[in-house]
Amino acid sequence: MRFELTPRPNVSPVMRALAPVAAFITAFLIAGLVIWLMGRSPAAAFDVYVLQPLSDPWSLQELVVKATPLALIAIGLSYCFRANLWNIGAEGQYVIGAVLGSWLALKTHGTEAGLWVLPLMLLLGIIGGALWGLIPAFLKTRFGVNEILTSLMLVYVAQLVLDYLVRGPWRDPKGFNFPQSVTFDPSATLHPIFEGGRVHFGALFALIAVLATAVILGRTLFGYRLKLTGDAPRAARFAGFSSKSTTMAVFAISGGLAGLAGITEVSGQIGQLQPSISPGYGFTAITVAFLGRLNPIGILIAALVVALTFIGGESAQILLKLPLDLTQAFQGILLLCVLAGDALVSYRIRFVTRGGGK
Amino acid sequence: MTTFEAILLTIVTASTPLLIAALGELVAERSGVLNLGVEGMMAMGAACSFAAAVTFDSTLLGVGAGILAGALMASLFALVVLGFAANQVGSGLALTIFGLGLSGLIGAPFVGARRDPVAHIDIPGLSDIPVIGRLFFEQDLFVYASIALTILVAIYLTRTRSGLTLRSIGENHTSANALGLPVWRVRFWAILFGGACAGLAGAYLALVYTRFWSPGMTAGRGWIALALVVFAAWRPGWLLVGAYIFGAATVLQLHAQAAQFGVPPQVLSAVPYLATILALLLLSLRHGRAIGAPGSLGVPFVPDR
Repeated sequence: MRFELTPRPNVSPVMRALAPVAAFITAFLIAGLVIWLMGRSPAAAFDVYVLQPLSDPWSLQELVVKATPLALIAIGLSYCFRANLWNIGAEGQYVIGAVLGSWLALKTHGTEAGLWVLPLMLLLGIIGGALWGLIPAFLKTRFGVNEILTSLMLVYVAQLVLDYLVRGPWRDPKGFNFPQSVTFDPSATLHPIFEGGRVHFGALFALIAVLATAVILGRTLFGYRLKLTGDAPRAARFAGFSSKSTTMAVFAISGGLAGLAGITEVSGQIGQLQPSISPGYGFTAITVAFLGRLNPIGILIAALVVALTFIGGESAQILLKLPLDLTQAFQGILLLCVLAGDALVSYRIRFVTRGGGK
Repeated sequence: MTTFEAILLTIVTASTPLLIAALGELVAERSGVLNLGVEGMMAMGAACSFAAAVTFDSTLLGVGAGILAGALMASLFALVVLGFAANQVGSGLALTIFGLGLSGLIGAPFVGARRDPVAHIDIPGLSDIPVIGRLFFEQDLFVYASIALTILVAIYLTRTRSGLTLRSIGENHTSANALGLPVWRVRFWAILFGGACAGLAGAYLALVYTRFWSPGMTAGRGWIALALVVFAAWRPGWLLVGAYIFGAATVLQLHAQAAQFGVPPQVLSAVPYLATILALLLLSLRHGRAIGAPGSLGVPFVPDR
């Protein structure tokens, strides 16, 4: 027996929208099986991973806090992926954005700096991420170097830069030798939207990015250009769209948004620089982008859904002694299911039994 | 043994896993499949081999478990990219994320355990030659196996009918399919071979190189192996050269860290990653484009009937 893939002539939008949902359920069933194989109760895990976070107001806020960097980064990545460019170094752009933005926070620490500090920090975060993202874009457009490998290698370099700074020049002298910077002043801290709440203004940035991207992709020439570059590169060239400037633009956008996510997280959530400022948001955002079908609204929903696995993962670690790595494994399986689901929507699989051999 | 000899020996140990993993990826890529999951398959190879070796107190079983883990991961990848014609870049990334997570689960109970060094092969007489004696004639079995594997892969790709089939499928899968060549079957075995090699490389890391397991111990070596394939222009011979250059870079930066030149250790730790970027850049400068890349690399195959 063998099987054949035949392209479906027309795919209903309903099916396209349902594919990620089906992928999510499949990934959940696989994860349940793994938990069962580990000798734990899948029902208890489901309760801790999904039901408890969704029924507790505190966790719901936490959900938005975790979804914020995911959505910001994934929105940026969607520009790249739409143009068929593979920026997989968002984690590094996130770190460098956080570093450059924090530089100002540390420079103005202890001074009577005014309201200008925070906006400038955020701007520096965007610039830092964008510049770090432009390195692979430049190497690709100017020299033809594969962007997948260079963007990824720069993740390791970015993490080492951060590591050097917090252990060296930027270490808090009164920090008992812990590798961390001083705690940011209030003027350099992104405040909660509601007094006493957990959700900070970063969530608003994510919302703005989602709405702006929806407009840009659907209503502007640039959005059309992206779509054309990704779907039909030759046609895009004939139309006079330069693939080089498109490459630079999408890497700058995705790097900038990742950098914004980085400085937002440090300023609004962590409050200081430390060797690890991300549980792998930059990589998880790739899953988020595809789970959201590269669609801005889809990404927003996907970010909330995937954020749930982070929160669930943390409480499962405490309550069920299930390691945090399980969350990462789940995110990998989820991405595989989403991509396979995309293909299942585009192709019909037919099993052919005649003839025997391949 | 002098320090110089010791450094040369560690360079060989550091280069071997890179070479093995890159060889597997090279075969998969020559068949037209880009598997970005090397890092994940390697991590699984390391965790499973170490777990098996400690549990059964057998290096041999450990190595077998490592190879098997890599191959199983690869077959999952094959199912998605061949069976469902899914995007190879995304699927490979997913495999890496999955592998890093799952290897953490498998390895966690074995943190802190240690393995004894693997036996080295000693060729009497020859290994007594100063400097090169120990370097060439007193390595562990894996080192010799990796060299042999390089030669075998080179011969397979260039001198056998089956190797020619594999390469033609990688160059143009539509034409190959029209000629009646079994695109899916060849690619499946090529992916599986890539996974087995990545698993073996991971096993080598855990059982020979470090002899303990820690989370994230592959530290980007899988990605460096991927870059090596590009660097070597998809030729096994150049892969050998490239792997040893990178192994040397890794070891020398470690020694430089120990010597404390006043350079921050992070700068030296960044050397292998920066060297990878530099190598890719130099290659592009020389050839303009990534030369030698198989024509159908990374393109999903859907036969038109």
